[in-house]
Parts: sequence; C-alpha cells; structure tokens
Amino acid sequence: MSVVSITSVNKTFKSGANQTFALQDINLQIEQGEFVSLIGPSGCGKSTLLRIIGDLIAPTSGTVLVNGKPAPQARVNREYGIVFQAPVLFDWRSVEKNVQLPLEIMGASPQERAERAHAMLSLVELDGFQKHYPYQLSGGMQQRVSIARALSFNPPLLLMDEPFGALDEITREHLNAELLNIWRRTQTTIVFVTHSIPEAVFLSTRVVVMSARPGRITQIIPIDLPQPRNFDTRELPRYYELITRVREGLRGSESLQSNEE
Amino acid sequence: MTPSAEKMYPSRLAIKKDASRASLYDRVRYYLPTILIFVAVLVGAEVFVRGLGITKFILPAPSAILQAFVETFGQLLNRGMYTGSEALGGFALGCTLGILVALATARWTAARETLLPLAIAANSVPIIAFAPIMNNWFGVTNQFSKMAIVAIITFFPMMINMTRGLTLVEPSALELMRSYAVSEWTVLREVRIPNSLPYMFNAFKICSTLALIGAVVGEFFGGTRDALGVYITQEAALSRFENSWAAIIVACVMGIAFYLLIVAVERLVIPWHASVRKTEE
Repeated sequence: MSVVSITSVNKTFKSGANQTFALQDINLQIEQGEFVSLIGPSGCGKSTLLRIIGDLIAPTSGTVLVNGKPAPQARVNREYGIVFQAPVLFDWRSVEKNVQLPLEIMGASPQERAERAHAMLSLVELDGFQKHYPYQLSGGMQQRVSIARALSFNPPLLLMDEPFGALDEITREHLNAELLNIWRRTQTTIVFVTHSIPEAVFLSTRVVVMSARPGRITQIIPIDLPQPRNFDTRELPRYYELITRVREGLRGSESLQSNEE
Repeated sequence: MTPSAEKMYPSRLAIKKDASRASLYDRVRYYLPTILIFVAVLVGAEVFVRGLGITKFILPAPSAILQAFVETFGQLLNRGMYTGSEALGGFALGCTLGILVALATARWTAARETLLPLAIAANSVPIIAFAPIMNNWFGVTNQFSKMAIVAIITFFPMMINMTRGLTLVEPSALELMRSYAVSEWTVLREVRIPNSLPYMFNAFKICSTLALIGAVVGEFFGGTRDALGVYITQEAALSRFENSWAAIIVACVMGIAFYLLIVAVERLVIPWHASVRKTEE
C-alpha cells in the first residue's frame, strides 16, 4: 500500500469570472520510506499539491489517499506532521512547550510529553535549548524546533513546504544533511516542496518536476545517488548529471508551457 | 499604538539592556535628561511668574501650587480616591465588556464584520459629550454616572484592539492547528487568545489614560464636592487657582501610576513579547 496515492487530482481556483487551473490531472504514488521532492517554477501548484495531501485544502476533483484512507480521514487521525517555510512557533511557548504542542493536543501524559520533546530536541541537535523562547534562537534553530514538533508524535508522513527557503546557503546545506539523518533514523516518508534544484537532488529518492499554468507533473526523475548521503555526495559526477537532468526537465516544462500559449 | 509600532520604536533602555537588571547608575543616567528638563521648566515658571509679576489668577507660581498641595493634601487624597474609584470601576466594566464582545465577534465572523466598523466609528466620536446624559440617567451625584461614561469611553478601544489581536493570526498557525484536527475552541485557547494579549495590554494602556480623563471631565458636568473634577471647577470659579492646580497634579499622578501599574503587569504576563522581552547580551 502506498503512503500517498494521488489519482486524477484537479484543482481550480475561482476569483470572480476568472478560473485558474492550479493543478491538472495529477497522478502520483509515494511509497513507504521514500523522500519525494516536488520542484517547479512558482505558480506550478507544488505547495497546493502538498496542502491537498494534508487536507488543508480540498481538490476540485480526484482522490487522495494517505495510508489507504481518504486525506480528510488521515488528517483527523493525525497521520502526518507538517513543516512550513516559516517556523510558525508560538512566541508564548518555550522551545520544549512548542515541541510538546501536538502531544498536548493529543492528550499525552506530561511525562511522555517531556520525554518525547527531549528525544526530538536531541534528534535536531538542540539539547540544552529546552527552556529558551523562540525569539532567542536563530532562524535555522527555529526551523529545527519546527521539525522536532512535526516529528514529536511520530507521524508516518512528513510534509515539508520549502522549509529551508528562508535560510542562508550555509545553514541550508547543514540542515539538509541533518534532515537526511533524521529521515534515516525515523524512516518517515517525506514529501518536500522546494525550488532549489541542488537541494532536491541531494535529498530525494525521486524528484517530481512540475510545470506552471496549468500545474502538472512533467517528469519524475529517480535519484540513484548512493545512500547514506553526506557532504561527499555533492562531489560526485552523478550528482551534477542529475542536477543537469532536473534543470533540463524544468526547462522542458517551460517550453511546453510557451508552446501552449 | 499597535504592538508592531512598539517593535519598531523600542525604548532606548530596552535596547541597551534589560531595565530590571540595569544598574542604578545606568538608570539615573537614562532618566537624568528628563528630570533636568522637568526641574528646569518648574524653575523657569517660577522665575517667569515672579519676574513678570503675573497674578495668580492667570498662573500661580509652582511654589504656591506646592504650598496649596501640602495644605490641602488630606482632602486631595480623599477626592483622588473618590474619582479614582470611578475611573477604576468604569475601566473594569468597559474593558470587561470590550473583551467579551471581542471574544464573541472573533468566534462569529458575521458579528465581527457588522460590529467592527460601528465600533471604529463610535471610537472617533467625542464620547465625553455624553457625560451630561449619563448624569441625567444615573443621577448627577451617583458615582455610577461617571463610571458609565468611563465604561463607554474604554469599551471601544478595548474591543477594537482585542478583536484585532484575536483575528490577526498568522495563517500558517491556523493551518498548523488544522493539521492537528482540533476544534475552534482549541484554536481560540492555544492561538488566538495568547496572540491577543499584547493587543490587550496596549488597550489597557490607552484605556488607563482615558479612564481618568473620563472620570474627571465627567465630574466637570456636575457631582458632589468629594469629586476631584468638581473641586477643580469650583476652586477655579472661586479664583483659588492654586488649589485647582494642586488637584490637577493629583489627577496627573494617578494617571501615571495607573499606566505604570499596567506596564508592570504586562512585563509579568507577556515576558515573551517584543515590546517587553529581555534582550540577550
């Protein structure tokens, strides 16, 4: 059974008389333990697709199954964690209380909450920052807290919407490596939205290339770089070949678009 | 002022270091210019009044005001308490109602969209003009007539600010809560109410000043002689201006004390907010 199964999904946004085809005929299967990146120009609907998987918005037509259940049911069952581009931490909660938020909502005991928060903060290398408040942390650290919060209740699926998009290149590369460690250790399935080609290639097992207006999948590129990946991976000739392939895929989707217009 | 405005213009002391940990020397040095200017104005007024031989009907010398203040201190204190209790009672009533209505309108979008423009319009009206009406409704010597006017004056800023605090929430915070499949009530408790606290304290600050203005000016339109506002007008009518001035000082001190009390409570309740929090060194 696929963790995510998307069949014939369409999404149109209506504003007055105008209709925007945000997504057109999307079909995608994501298997247990995969790391799938959605990449494409802005307006290609990659974030919309992520939100449809998480049932934050509903598709206009088509079906989305998460762990074999309709997406709304999976959301109610709390079967995924989500990380946004902004950390979305609550200023009034300490770091550990932010990480504990989903556990509190789900009714975990205080002891269990404390243990989980502690374990998650070690996982994202933020030991000793439990009692800090979000404003006392750097942007990269805040985003790591956000990842710890998303993983705190051990969801089988992690949805990430350009989580490192607002960070500088050095922090981003560091967090990329850290995310791969977390992925290996937790064996969570990850769907990752990005507009960075090197990031998508470095992280993913598959890269889904999308085009804009209408948003559709133009190519799915398997990334056969050896695991586990580390800083040396970025030196491999194959890494550059794959970057070129994704880039050409994106260019192809652009020319496809200009042919239509 | 909105919290974001405070973020943009934090006080010099807040930037430099946390006020509670600042050394006495730093504090004195920080406030010294303010104190010097205050003293200079007083001395200047004294020299000006005496030098030009200005009669006390126009402007009593600061020393004369001080003398009147000391001589009438006992009664001033009683009158201050009388008027202060009106301000406080009206403040409590108006702010409580403002918070309750804001909570209701935050929950029901339709109610908010209907009421908020009305509240903003009402807030731009000189509400103090209703004071004679309140005196007529509740009795000119009844303290509640002044509390009523204070309650009306403080209701609108509180309701408007609080509604903004409850509704101006980061959209992704709402998406996060949706991903947890929680009730609207949980969103209110976990996101909207904490988010509104800085707005609420801003409204408290605005209302603390308005409450005292409302009570004193309300008393200008009539009341018992126990009231500060009545005393100010009557002493002025009897040309005992130094007494009026002494009473005005009491009103000023009460206003400042009320404001500072709110600032102190704010520091305790929302230490995490940008306008209050301690800067890391």
